[in-house]
Amino acid sequence: MNNIEFIYPELFLIISLLILLILGVYKSNSYNFIKKITTICFLLCIPIVYLNNIGDFNIFNNSYSVDSLSNYLKILILLSTVFSLMFTNDYIKIQKLDKFEYPILILSAVIGMFLMVSSNDLIGLYLGIELQSLSLYVLASIDRGSEKSTEAGVKYFVLGALSSGLFLYGCSLLYGFSGSTNYYEISEVFKQDTSIPILFGIIFIIIGLAFKISAVPFHMWSPDVYQGSPTSVTSFFALAPKIAGLGAIIRILYICFGEIYEEWKSIIIFISVASMLLGAFAAIGQTNLKRLMAYSSISHIGYVLAALTVGNRDGVISAISYLNIYIIMMISSFACILFFKRKNVYFENIYDLSGLSKNHPLISFCFATTLFSLAGIPPLAGFFAKFYVFKSVVEANMIYLAIIGLIASVISAFYYLRIVKIMYFDPENEKFDEGSNIGIRFSILFSSIIIIFYFLNPSSILYYVEMATKFLN
Amino acid sequence: MSYVLVFAPLIGFLLTICFGKLLGDRISQILTSSLVLASTLISFFYFFKFISNDTAIINDQIINWLSSGKLSFDWSIYIDPLTSLMLVIITSISFLVHIYSIEYMSHDKSKPRFMAYLSFFTFAMIMLVTADNFVQLFFGWEGVGLASYLLIGFWYHKNSANKAAIKAFIVNRIGDFGLAIGIFIIYKYLGTLNYEEVFNGLITLNDKTISILGIEGSIISFIAFFLFIGAMGKSAQIFLHTWLPDAMEGPTPVSALIHAATMVTAGVFLVVKCSPIFENSIFVLNLILVIGASTALFAATIALVQNDIKKVIAYSTCSQLGYMFVATGLGAYHIAMFHLFTHAFFKALLFLGAGSVIHSMKDEQDMRRMGGLWNKIPITYVFMIVGTLAITGFPFLSGFFSKDAIIEATYYSQSKFGGYAMVVCILTALLTSMYSWRLIIRTFHGNFNNINLDLKDVKDSGLIIILPLLLLSIGAVSSGFAFKELLIGIDFIKFWDNSIYFKENFELKHPPFWFLLLTPMFATFAIPLSFYVFLKNKKIIDDIKARHQPLYNFLINKWYFDEIYDFIFVRPIKNIGDKFWKIGDIFIIDGFGPNGFAKIAKIISIKAVKFQSGFLYHYAFVMLIFLSIFLTLIII
Repeated sequence: MNNIEFIYPELFLIISLLILLILGVYKSNSYNFIKKITTICFLLCIPIVYLNNIGDFNIFNNSYSVDSLSNYLKILILLSTVFSLMFTNDYIKIQKLDKFEYPILILSAVIGMFLMVSSNDLIGLYLGIELQSLSLYVLASIDRGSEKSTEAGVKYFVLGALSSGLFLYGCSLLYGFSGSTNYYEISEVFKQDTSIPILFGIIFIIIGLAFKISAVPFHMWSPDVYQGSPTSVTSFFALAPKIAGLGAIIRILYICFGEIYEEWKSIIIFISVASMLLGAFAAIGQTNLKRLMAYSSISHIGYVLAALTVGNRDGVISAISYLNIYIIMMISSFACILFFKRKNVYFENIYDLSGLSKNHPLISFCFATTLFSLAGIPPLAGFFAKFYVFKSVVEANMIYLAIIGLIASVISAFYYLRIVKIMYFDPENEKFDEGSNIGIRFSILFSSIIIIFYFLNPSSILYYVEMATKFLN
Repeated sequence: MSYVLVFAPLIGFLLTICFGKLLGDRISQILTSSLVLASTLISFFYFFKFISNDTAIINDQIINWLSSGKLSFDWSIYIDPLTSLMLVIITSISFLVHIYSIEYMSHDKSKPRFMAYLSFFTFAMIMLVTADNFVQLFFGWEGVGLASYLLIGFWYHKNSANKAAIKAFIVNRIGDFGLAIGIFIIYKYLGTLNYEEVFNGLITLNDKTISILGIEGSIISFIAFFLFIGAMGKSAQIFLHTWLPDAMEGPTPVSALIHAATMVTAGVFLVVKCSPIFENSIFVLNLILVIGASTALFAATIALVQNDIKKVIAYSTCSQLGYMFVATGLGAYHIAMFHLFTHAFFKALLFLGAGSVIHSMKDEQDMRRMGGLWNKIPITYVFMIVGTLAITGFPFLSGFFSKDAIIEATYYSQSKFGGYAMVVCILTALLTSMYSWRLIIRTFHGNFNNINLDLKDVKDSGLIIILPLLLLSIGAVSSGFAFKELLIGIDFIKFWDNSIYFKENFELKHPPFWFLLLTPMFATFAIPLSFYVFLKNKKIIDDIKARHQPLYNFLINKWYFDEIYDFIFVRPIKNIGDKFWKIGDIFIIDGFGPNGFAKIAKIISIKAVKFQSGFLYHYAFVMLIFLSIFLTLIII
């Protein structure tokens, strides 16, 4: 137990979870209270993680890493979760989802994510994934009265179980050949042995993880789940789990499978290209905003994976920078989507936004900016994100990947700009409700400012990401 | 001071184009006119300084325009005697036209825009003549082309004006392309574009030859040839002349300023300025001689039968420009400049006079609907008579000195084509008289033929129109006599100094007396003859017309140049363009490009959406299929 001081953030969250669960059970109508405490816990956790960042350590017999990368991702997870709790407040109350389990499930999912980004061991990773996923399955179907929400939960659960099965099978193959579940020990084995069966194990593991970040062709659940789940849950899906999933992927690809880069490179390239293109093409046909965002996030995940195919620290830096900017853009998008309600009914179709600019010039400006940024139009933040990725891909002599990425972003520009066109040039519609809560306003304002003014100091995020990935050298 | 000369018109242009509406019509007119007046006064100041020989060549660098590697040139103000003469012509005619336009354009809605364009033209023309390198010359060259385009198409609501503007622009483009190639060759072989360095460096190119498109020739000849192509385009020489008559669609002051006195003479100026180059290429000099003489004759024959009062004068301009090129072709550059100088006055006078007639006739330009106006608009009549006497070379008016000097030069020419030029020039002098007097007779004498307008309503124009006419007619009468000694006299080198290069000393010998009398005799004899055939006994003309119907058609259709060009160039190019547009662009590029991709994207999108069936087992199936595919990939 002499490494216990390194896992204070996790311990803090677990203890909070237990206490809150008990409080929730004993106190009636305790949603508001629990939610506030949960948010405060997350906010408190940020300095704890930050203070814990005193170096790179592998603890518990090398099975758990507390290093700058994991700490960086943890802070990102915490921040995005805080935002998603903040701007979904109204929605949860109006949709009558205000059960105390809601914030607690999110809390447990975040603990699972912490495990995912930190664990240096297949068992630890699997536990983290399962803790996260089980919470998310329940969250997806939390609106029990709604057929769609239940359907989403079931689909997510069944397919998630399948992917967990594949993942576990891969783990057992690796264990069978290497005799260990630890990343470092497995990577030692790869130095001598790259026989087919052990590579099979890699494929199974990659597929299991690709499912979690909804990369094509294991993305099929995500549009249905995004659309079916309550929007508050969807927004959460689009944020924190992606960070955790990518954190896990980066760690396993670069530390565990680092020795056999050539073997997994082509698989990741395939997944990345498929994600970019399918995300772009399929979104054209969507009129539901949530479904559209699902495809949009699939496409963006493709870009992150493209950066990871580079196989060196530069790739990781651009991938994490991309992820960072993606999170900010998603916060802005979902905060805007949650703004579109009339008389407590939420609207999700893009044609409901018709002529938005006449009634709500500020919101439509922010949303349009976000969409331009998602499309990667300079000088907004989204452009820099894509720029970093293309730069590192081109430097690694994979120009074709950059070209495919460019084509995909041109195609995806169509559906983003279509929304802008609907907002600005189509006939006016009824006004949306004014006076949405402070959380939405703050989220939109905060993220829009970053998106618009990112170009003033583009090296800021890069600097932190570079610090975070120092140990990868 | 030289800065004021250059920038005053530019400031006038900028202020009126930007704030024209704010300033109002009257202030815009006064502003632009007074700024051009400032330029005019400075031009005269420099001119007289050069006359009295108390100034050196002025060469002020405004900025270093571009400097890249070996290529470097300035934006500068370079004034030598040649430029100072051009400046006097440009600014004074421009000033008079500015004044004239105040009344002439009084019914137009966009007066500030018109004045702005005139000022812009003046600026560009000054740029052209004050250049000390070929790039600045080219800038001015294009600038005047642009101004010409804008002013021809000034009444953009008229379809014919737009067509004429585009035609002028495109035909000039051919010439400009030649000029550009000439400049490129200069830079390639001399590595500089500064006039002085180029002219000094020419000696290194002696006897060097290059081959272009399989044609072997000396570099200097090629340079001279391409520069001359540029000059041909700007100065409307035969084959590239078709834009000039159509350019008469623009307002009449524009015709007077740009298409008679200044811009069209830029070609002559170019040849004179580059005399060191042309002097070294006998071949191109002969070419210029032949082209100039042919243009003079051909334009004069067409002018003989035209019915539009402005087109007659336009062809007359063409013909006079031909004279100037004949002079340059003979190596008598100073005589060309002298004719350019006198021509500016009498041709501007004729145009502005015609404009006054048109103004009085409420925008009627067809001479067949005029006649008998002389006692209704006597002042205009007198000025037109003065202009006509001057252009026909009536003794002791300006045209007499300059044109006869050219004809005399042809007599003693050593060139192979000197004889041809001489015959053509004398014949053209006769024709010039005929068509000029025909214009006067058709317009001012005979019966009034207009059914739309009552003769009583025809009144002389106001003072603002008359004043420029008066000043110009003073120039038309006296400029030949006053400046003869200075510009082409025995001691002409004293004024021109180094601004014109003569390979061998030019000596103007006087031909026999009978030869001297020949042209003035023709000019004078043509007056009663014209009165007789065009007024007293029209039967003769009708007879000739009837007997030589094909010839008449040939002339009235302007030698069928437009039709031939239409057949050889315009229609095939249009067809090719049509093919490129419909097959190349719409079908191939758009069809397989943007539209095709968009269509494919749509199809893929529909497929991709359908792919998402919503059935759980489909999803699981897809996952497993791809699992197997990946496993297979790894094995392979």
